Amino acid sequence: MDKQVIIAINREFGSDGHIIARMIAEQLGMEIYDRALLDKLSENMNVDADYLEKYDEKPKGLFSKRVMGESSSFEENLALMQFDYLKQRAAEGESFVVVGRCAGSVLKDYPGLIRIFISADMKDKVARTMAKHNISEDRAILKINRHDAKRKSYHNTYSDYKWGDSRHYDICINNSKLGIEKTASILVEFIKGMIDNF
Amino acid sequence: MTVAQVLAVLVFATMFIMIVLDKIERHYVTMACGVLTIGLVFGAAMRSMEAIKETLNVSSIFTKDFWIVSGTAEESSSGINWATIIFIAGMMVMVEGMANAGFFRWLCMRLAKLVNYKPVPLFITFMIMAAVLSMFIDSITVILFLAAVTVELAKLLKIDPVPMILAEIFCANLGGSATMCGDPPNIIIGTGLGYSFEDFLTNTGVIAGICLVIIIVYFYIVYKKDLVQKEGEKVDVASLPNPKEAITNMKDFVISCIIFACAVVMLITHAKTGLTVAFIGIFIAIITLLTSGKKSIAILKKVDYKTIFFFIGLFMVVGGLEQTGILEVIAAFIGKISGGNLKLMVAIIIWLSATASAFVDNIPFAATMLPVIKSLAATAGVDLETLAWALSMGTDIGGSATPIGASANVVGTSVAAKNGYHITWGKYCKSAAPATIIVVTISMLFIFFRYC
Repeated sequence: MDKQVIIAINREFGSDGHIIARMIAEQLGMEIYDRALLDKLSENMNVDADYLEKYDEKPKGLFSKRVMGESSSFEENLALMQFDYLKQRAAEGESFVVVGRCAGSVLKDYPGLIRIFISADMKDKVARTMAKHNISEDRAILKINRHDAKRKSYHNTYSDYKWGDSRHYDICINNSKLGIEKTASILVEFIKGMIDNF
Repeated sequence: MTVAQVLAVLVFATMFIMIVLDKIERHYVTMACGVLTIGLVFGAAMRSMEAIKETLNVSSIFTKDFWIVSGTAEESSSGINWATIIFIAGMMVMVEGMANAGFFRWLCMRLAKLVNYKPVPLFITFMIMAAVLSMFIDSITVILFLAAVTVELAKLLKIDPVPMILAEIFCANLGGSATMCGDPPNIIIGTGLGYSFEDFLTNTGVIAGICLVIIIVYFYIVYKKDLVQKEGEKVDVASLPNPKEAITNMKDFVISCIIFACAVVMLITHAKTGLTVAFIGIFIAIITLLTSGKKSIAILKKVDYKTIFFFIGLFMVVGGLEQTGILEVIAAFIGKISGGNLKLMVAIIIWLSATASAFVDNIPFAATMLPVIKSLAATAGVDLETLAWALSMGTDIGGSATPIGASANVVGTSVAAKNGYHITWGKYCKSAAPATIIVVTISMLFIFFRYC
C-alpha cells in the first residue's frame, strides 16, 4: 500500500467487532493490533499477557493519581504504553488496523486515519455473548452493559471525543442488518474508497 | 460568616475537590481558583485592593530581605510565597542539568558496584541513598532514577524489585522531611516562618535520622525473604553495567557535581551567610544555565512549569482564606478542643496532617495549615516551632502511607508498572502504612519529650 492507512475501530461488546476488524486487516493485508498488542508488550515487560489483559481497556480507577506524566494506576500505565507503541508504529509509516485503544484520538494527526464504530442489535449481542461464554440471558445482558460501560469510560478518559458519538467517526455500522461477513466487505469497500480520496 | 468568607471557602473546597478528582490538570485548577479568589473574594465581596496586593505579594521580591537577610527574619507568609516558587524553580534547573549529565544513574550504579551487587547491602544502601539525596533534591527525581536502576539491577540479579522500590519511596519521603528543601511543605513552612536549613536539620532532621534507622530494620524484617537470590541464579558481576557508562559527558558531569556541592554548602550555611533560599535558587539556576551553553534552552524547556503555576494559584487561594479570617477560625477551633494543652495540639496537628496527606496533596494542606498554626500559637500562647515541626513531620510522612499520598509514590509505582511489576494498593499499603504509623508515632513522642 503506497499511502499510510490507519484504521481505528471502536466496537460494542458482543458486536463481534474484533472479528470484523480481523477480516478487514486480512483483506487489506495489514497488521492488526488488538489483544495481541499485549503479547508484544508482555515480552518487554517480562509478565504474562493474560495478566495484562485483566487491566486492558479499563478505566484508570478512582484512587489513582498522575504526577509529571507518571501514573499510579496500572491500567493507565498499560494504556499509555499501548498508545506509545501505536505512535511508534505509525511514525515508522506502518499501515495497520487497531481495535479500541483510543487509536482514533491517539493517532489523530495522521491524515490516513479512518475511524469506524461497529454496533449490533441487543438481541444479537446477547445471543453471541450467551453462546461464547456459556451463560444465561440475564448474565449476558449484565456482562454487555458492564463491559460497554468500562470501554466507554476508558475511551472517554483518553480521547477527545465521546465513545460512539457518530459525529467523530467516518462510518458507524450496525452489523445485525447485514451479518459479519457482508459488513466487513462493505467496510473494506468504504476504506478503499477513502484511500482513493486521500 | 461574611459573604467573602463563604466565597473563599467555596473556592478553596472546589479547588481541593478538583485536585482530588484529578480530572483537570492541577495547575489549571489552582490558577483558575486563584483568579476566582482575586475576582470574587477580594474584588466583588471585599472590594479590597489592599487584599489583592498582599496576596499577589509581588512587592516582596523587590526588597533586600527577600534575597539577603541579616539574622533570622520572619518572612511574610501572606499570599504568594515567591521565595518557595523561585527556590523550587532554581532547583528544577539544577536537577535537569545533573540528570542530563548522567549524575543520578552514575551514582546508583557506583553504589551498587561498591556493595558488590549483593541484594541485602544493595537494599540498605539504596534506602540510605534515597533518604540522603531527598534531603537536597526533590523526591520525584530521586525515585525516577533510583526506581529505574533498581528494576534494571533486580532483573539482572534475578530478585523482585518491588520491595526495594517500596522501601526507597518511603525513605525518600523520610529524607525529605529532614531538611528545609527536602519536601515542598518544609519549604513553605521554612520560608513562611523564617526558619533556616539548620533549624530543620537539628529538629526534623534528628527525628528523620532516628526513624531512618528504625525503618531500615523494619523493611529488612518485612522483606528479607524477598531479597534472597534463588540457588543457581548467581550473576556474573563482570557482566553488569559499568557506572562510567552512565556519564553522558564528563565535563558536564564534573560541573553538575560542583554545582550540586555548591547548592548543598549554600543551603547548610544560609543562616550564617544571610542568603535566602530564593537567592540560592536563582543563583544555582543561573550558574547551571551559564555552564550548560547551548543545552541551557533544552534544560529550561524541561523545567516543570506546571508545578510553578500550581504553587502560584494555590497560594492565591490560601491567601483568600487568610485575608477573610477563615484560618483564624480553624485555629481557634483547634485551640478550643485542645483546651490549650500543647501535647494535644501536637497530636491533633501531626495525626490530622498525616491522615490528610495520605490521601490528598500535602502541599495545599501545608500551605493552609501554616497560617492556622501561626494563629494558634499566637492565640493559645504556645511555642510556634513545636507546632511547625509537628506539621512538617505529619505532612511529609503521612503521604508515604498510600500509593497516591506523595509524588514519589506515584512515580515509583509508575516506573514499576512500566516494567511489568504491578504494585497494587494492597501490596503498597501492607508495608508502607504500618511504617508510616511507626514514624508518625515516633515523631509525636519525640516532639512530646523534647519540646512539650
